[in-house]
Amino acid sequence: MTNRILLVEDEANILEAITFILARAGMEVRSHGNGATALEEVKRYAPDLIVLDVMLPNRSGLDILRDLRSDPATEALPVVMLTAKGQAKDRDTALGLGADAYLTKPFSNSEMLEILKRILAEHGTGLKDGGAG
Amino acid sequence: MVQTNITDPSKAAGRSATSALTGSRIRQRRSALGLRQADLAKAVDISPSYLNLIEHGRRRIGGKLLIDIARALSVEPATLSSGADATVFDALHKAASDLRPLLGAEPELDRIDELSGRFPGWSAVLTQQQKRIIALEAMIDSLQDRFANDPVLAEAMHEILSSVAAIRSTADILAREPDLEMQWRARFHRNLHEEAERLSLRATQMLRHFEQQGESQDSTVSTAQETVEAMFDAASHHFPAIELDGAAAIDAVIDRAAGMEDRAARDLAGDWLRAYAEDAARLPLAEFAVETRKFGYDPARLLHMGQGDVALIMRRLAALPPQPDVPEFGLAICDASGALLFRKRINGFSIPRFGAGCPIWPLYTALTRPLTPSVMVLAMPNGLQFHGWAVAQPRTVMGFGQQPVMNATMLLQLCAEEESVTPEEVLPIGPGCHVCPREGCTARRAASVLT
Repeated sequence: MTNRILLVEDEANILEAITFILARAGMEVRSHGNGATALEEVKRYAPDLIVLDVMLPNRSGLDILRDLRSDPATEALPVVMLTAKGQAKDRDTALGLGADAYLTKPFSNSEMLEILKRILAEHGTGLKDGGAG
Repeated sequence: MVQTNITDPSKAAGRSATSALTGSRIRQRRSALGLRQADLAKAVDISPSYLNLIEHGRRRIGGKLLIDIARALSVEPATLSSGADATVFDALHKAASDLRPLLGAEPELDRIDELSGRFPGWSAVLTQQQKRIIALEAMIDSLQDRFANDPVLAEAMHEILSSVAAIRSTADILAREPDLEMQWRARFHRNLHEEAERLSLRATQMLRHFEQQGESQDSTVSTAQETVEAMFDAASHHFPAIELDGAAAIDAVIDRAAGMEDRAARDLAGDWLRAYAEDAARLPLAEFAVETRKFGYDPARLLHMGQGDVALIMRRLAALPPQPDVPEFGLAICDASGALLFRKRINGFSIPRFGAGCPIWPLYTALTRPLTPSVMVLAMPNGLQFHGWAVAQPRTVMGFGQQPVMNATMLLQLCAEEESVTPEEVLPIGPGCHVCPREGCTARRAASVLT
C-alpha cells in the first residue's frame, strides 16, 4: 500500500506538476477539479491526505474543509490547503477550520513534499512503501 | 442679519441646518473664551436654557440676538452665521482640532477670528490645504478599498499567482530531473509555454484595468485570431462547461477568458466555440473518452464513431481533457486557399500561421485529394517524429450543383520512442526556411539564418 493523495485543484498545469512530484515520491495521486463533487470523491477514493485548493469552481475549498471536519468519517483526515490568497485572514480561517497545513502559491515543490511527508508521519500513515524521495 | 418668514419646507430644512451650525459655532466660541452658558445668557439677557436650545440648533437665531451674542463673544455676527467667513472659521477650527495631537503647542482657537481678519490670504491658504487634505484622505480610503475589494484585481491576482505556481513547480521539475522521459519533458515544456502566455495576458489585462481612464485602447497588439488562439491555449483546448451545457455556456466561457475585450476576437471565439459545441453534441465526451481509451487514441481505429466525418474524430481527439494518460494532440485547419484558420500547437512541431511552410504540407496534399484521409510520419530537424493524419472535406452539407467550401484538417501526435518507422515512410520537414537548419533540402526557398 502506498499513500493515497487526493488533489482537489482546478488548474490543469499545477495538477500535472504536483501529480508528477508526488508520484515520483512514491505516492498514489488522484486529481479532482470540481468543488461541488469533491466530497463524493473523498468517499470514493478514501485518501490518506487531501491537498485542497481554496478557490475551486462551484464550491470553495473552505466549505469543503468545514464539511470534512463535521463528518465523523473524515474529521481526522489530514488536509493541506493550497491557495493563491496569501492573506493572514485566509490562513487563519483555514487553520481555524482544522486544516493541518497551509501552502501559499507559488510554493516550492520540496517544501510541499516535506509538509506532506511530515503530516503523513504525524498521522501514522506515512511513509508507506516506496517512499523515495 | 435678516430673519425671513419660512414657508417652503426645503428652505425650512436649510434654515434648520443653518441654525444648528450657528448654534454649534456659538458653543465653540464660548468654550474657547472659557465662558459658562449662564455667563453668556446673562450678558445677552436670555435664560441659560434658551441659550442651550440655541447652541443645540433647536431654536432659530437671528437679528438683534445674534448681534448681541456676537458682540459678547467678540466676533463679527457673520462669523457665527453661515457664509464665507464662517467657512474659513470652520476649516481653521477643524484643521486645528485634527492636528492638535501632533502639535507641540495648543493652537489659539480663541483667536481664529483675529487670524482670519488680519491674514485673510494665509487663512485662505490654510483653508484650501485643509480641504485638500480631506480630499486626499478620501482618495486614499477609496484606493485602499479598491485594492481590498476590487473583484477584477482579485481575480487577476489569483490567476497570476496560479500561473506563477504552475511555472515554478514545472520549471523545478525540468531543472531537477535530468532523466525525465521525453514525453514528460515535452508536456512540461508545453505547460510552461501555456502558463507564460496566460501570465502575459493577465498582466496586460491588469495594466489595462488601471489605465481605464486613459484613451481608448485602439492599438491592440494581437489580431483576433491570435487572441482566440491564446484563449484556446489557456484552456488547453478543452471546455468542460461546453461539454456539459453545450452552446448555452459559450458566452460565460468567453466572459471568463482573459484578454477577450476586443469585439472581433469575441465574435471569432464565438464561431469556434459554436463549432466545438456542435462537435461535442455529435460525439459526447463520456462516450468518446471511453472509446478512445479502448482503441489507444488511434484515430484510424476510431473512424466508426464519426459516421463518415473523419475531421470530426480529429477535432474531438484534439479537444480531449488534458490528463497524464491522454496523449497530446496538435491540430491545424486551413481552407481551400491554404489560409490557416485554426491551430492547436504541439510541443516540438512548428505550425506556421502565415505563408506556406512545409509543416502543413499534409494539409495541402489533402486538399488535392478531397475525402481521402491520409497518414504520414513527419520528421522535424530536431529529431522528433510526428504522426500526421489529414483529410479535406466540405465544410457543410452542400446542395445539388453547388461548389463545396473545403476545409483541410490535420491531426498531429508525437511518435512514441519505441515505434519503429522506416526512413522511406518519413517526410522530412522543418519550421520554415528562414529558421530551418536542414542542409541540402530540395524544397528550400530561402536561405536559413542558422547557416
